[in-house]
Amino acid sequence: MNSPGQTTPLLEVRNLSKHFGAVRALNDFSMVVRPGEVVALAGDNGAGKTTLIKAISGVFQPTGGEILLRGQPVTFATPHEAREKGIETIYQDLALADNLSIGANIFLGREPMRKAFGFLPVLDRKAMAVAAKKTMGRLDFHVSRLDAPVSNFSGGQRQAVAIGRAVYWDAQILIMDEPTAALGVPEQRKVISLIHQLKAQGRGVIFISHNLLDIFAVSDRIIVLRRGVQAGERKISETNHDEVVKLMVGG
Amino acid sequence: MTSTSPTEQSETHVAPQADHGDPARTWLGRIAEGRAWLFLAGLIICFEVWSRASFGATFVLNPFNVQSIAIFAVAPLLLATGQTFVIISGGIDLSLGFIMGLAAVVAAHATNLAGAAMPVPLAMMVGILAAVIVAGVPGMINGLLISRLRIPPFIGTLGMFGVARGAAFLLAGGTTVPVQNSWFALLGNGRFYGVPYLVIIAAVFVVAMHYILSQTRFGQHNYAIGANVQAARRAGIDIRGHILRLYVLSAMCAGLGGALYAARFTAGAAQAGEPLLLDSVAAVVIGGASLFGGSGTIFGTVAGALVIAVIQYGLVFVNVEPFWQFIAVGVVIIISVLIDQAQRRFSGARQDE
Repeated sequence: MNSPGQTTPLLEVRNLSKHFGAVRALNDFSMVVRPGEVVALAGDNGAGKTTLIKAISGVFQPTGGEILLRGQPVTFATPHEAREKGIETIYQDLALADNLSIGANIFLGREPMRKAFGFLPVLDRKAMAVAAKKTMGRLDFHVSRLDAPVSNFSGGQRQAVAIGRAVYWDAQILIMDEPTAALGVPEQRKVISLIHQLKAQGRGVIFISHNLLDIFAVSDRIIVLRRGVQAGERKISETNHDEVVKLMVGG
Repeated sequence: MTSTSPTEQSETHVAPQADHGDPARTWLGRIAEGRAWLFLAGLIICFEVWSRASFGATFVLNPFNVQSIAIFAVAPLLLATGQTFVIISGGIDLSLGFIMGLAAVVAAHATNLAGAAMPVPLAMMVGILAAVIVAGVPGMINGLLISRLRIPPFIGTLGMFGVARGAAFLLAGGTTVPVQNSWFALLGNGRFYGVPYLVIIAAVFVVAMHYILSQTRFGQHNYAIGANVQAARRAGIDIRGHILRLYVLSAMCAGLGGALYAARFTAGAAQAGEPLLLDSVAAVVIGGASLFGGSGTIFGTVAGALVIAVIQYGLVFVNVEPFWQFIAVGVVIIISVLIDQAQRRFSGARQDE
C-alpha cells in the first residue's frame, strides 16, 4: 500500500483531449491524484466530466494526451484492462446482481472454486463469504447474514458492496460517478464515510458530484471543468461554495 | 441540492447496519420458495382423500400410480430443466417442443441406420447421441440469433419453433418412424428393481443439471445475467458466449427428451413435444422461477413438473373429464405467480424504493 507522503502521483493525466468529430468534449486537460487523496470533479452538465472518466477508465480512447499510472504511461483498450491495472469505476446506478449475495457480487466473473469429494469442482461459497465479511469489515460495514441477496440491503449499503468489490480486488484508484445521487440523506452520509475509509487506506479517489456539500465534506482538492477545459483547481481548504459556483458557470 | 448542515456531520463514521432480517418475512419467503413442494403435497393428499372416498382405493400408495406419474413427468421435466436455465437468464425458449420432436425422429432414423452396420446396443447409443447432437444445432442458431443479432428470445425461438417443426415433419416423412432395436425398446420400457430406466436416467440428468446451475460459474453467471445484464457485463462475464452455450444446453435437454420419447414409444414422432412446451414453462413458473429472470432452481422445477403430472394423472385416476386438467394446471400457475409477487412485495423489495 502506498503511504500518503509518497511523491509519485498514483494517477497523472497530461494534456488529455477527446474529440467527437468537431466537438471537443475534452481539451488539453491535466490533473494528478496522489495516494490517499480525494479529488472532486465538478462542472455543469456537458462540461466533460463523464468524457474524462470514460477516457481514464478505458471506455474511450483519448484523441490526444497521455495517462500515467505511478509514473508509467499506460493505455487501456477496454474497461477490463483499466480494472486489471487497478482503476475501478463505481457507477451511481449500482452495478450489482441483486439476486446474489455480497460475496457472489464481489467475486462475480472470477469466482473461486474448490474440489468437493476430492474431484468435483464447485463454487467455494465459504471462501466468498469469508472474503466478503473481511472486506466489508475493512469498510466498517458489518454483516451477519452473508447469504442474503443484496436486494435486501438499502441503496447506501449496496453502494458499499460495490466499493467493497473494488477494495477486495485492490483497486488503487476509484472513480465514483455521482455515488450519492440515487440515495437518501442518511445514506449519502454513509457513502461519504466510506470514502473517508478509502482515503485512510491510501487509495486515490476521483469523486464526481453535483452536490457541493458532499464535495466539501470529503475532498482534498476540487477541479472544475467548463466546456471541456479546466476552469480552475482549488484546495478545498482555500475555497468556498461561491467561488466554485463562479468557476462552474464562468462568472 | 440537499438541505443538511454541512461537513461536521459527515465526518462521523456512521457504520451502516446491514441486516433487515425480519423473522416473519423470512418465514414467508421460505414458504414461497418451497411452494411447489407444498402444492405437490396438497395435491397428493387431495387425490388420496378423493380416491378413498370414491373408490375405497389408495392413490399414492399404489406403486403402479407412482411409476406412471414418474414416467409421465420425464419428458416435460427434461424440457423444463433446460427451460429453467433459459428463464433464469431472463429469456424463454419456445422452440424446445419441436426440437424434442426433431430429436425423436433423428433418434429413430439414426438407430435404424446404425442397426444395419453395428451391434444392437451400439446402435442405440448412436441413436441417442445423434438425437442430442442434432438438437444442439437449432439451439446454437437460437443462441447466435439472440446473442449476436440481438433478436429477443421470444421471437428468435418462436421462429425456430416453426423451423424445427417443419424440419422434423420433413425428416419423418409426415408420419411416425418406428424403431427396430430391442435394446432401445428395453431402455424405454424396462425397469430396474421396479424403477423404470427412464426415471433413473431423468433423475441422474436432473442432479447433474442442478450441479451445473448451483455449483458452477456457468450457473452463477446465469443468475447474474438474469438479474442485471449490465452488471454482469461490467464484471467481465462473456455475455455472448454464455447465451450461446445456454441455448445449446436447453436444446440438448430437449434432445435427450426426444431420444427417451423414441425409446418409450419405440417410434419417433415430429409432434412428440408439441403439448409439452407450455407445460415446461408452467413447471418452471410453478417451481418458483420468475419470468423476469434471476430466480429459480432445478429442484423447484422438478416439483413443478410433478405437480403438473399429478394433476393430469390424478384427475384421470379419479375419473374426472380430462378437460379439467387444463383448468387445474392453469389455476395452479396463477396461484403460484400470485404467491411469488406477494413474497417479492413483502421481503424482496428494496428498502429505499
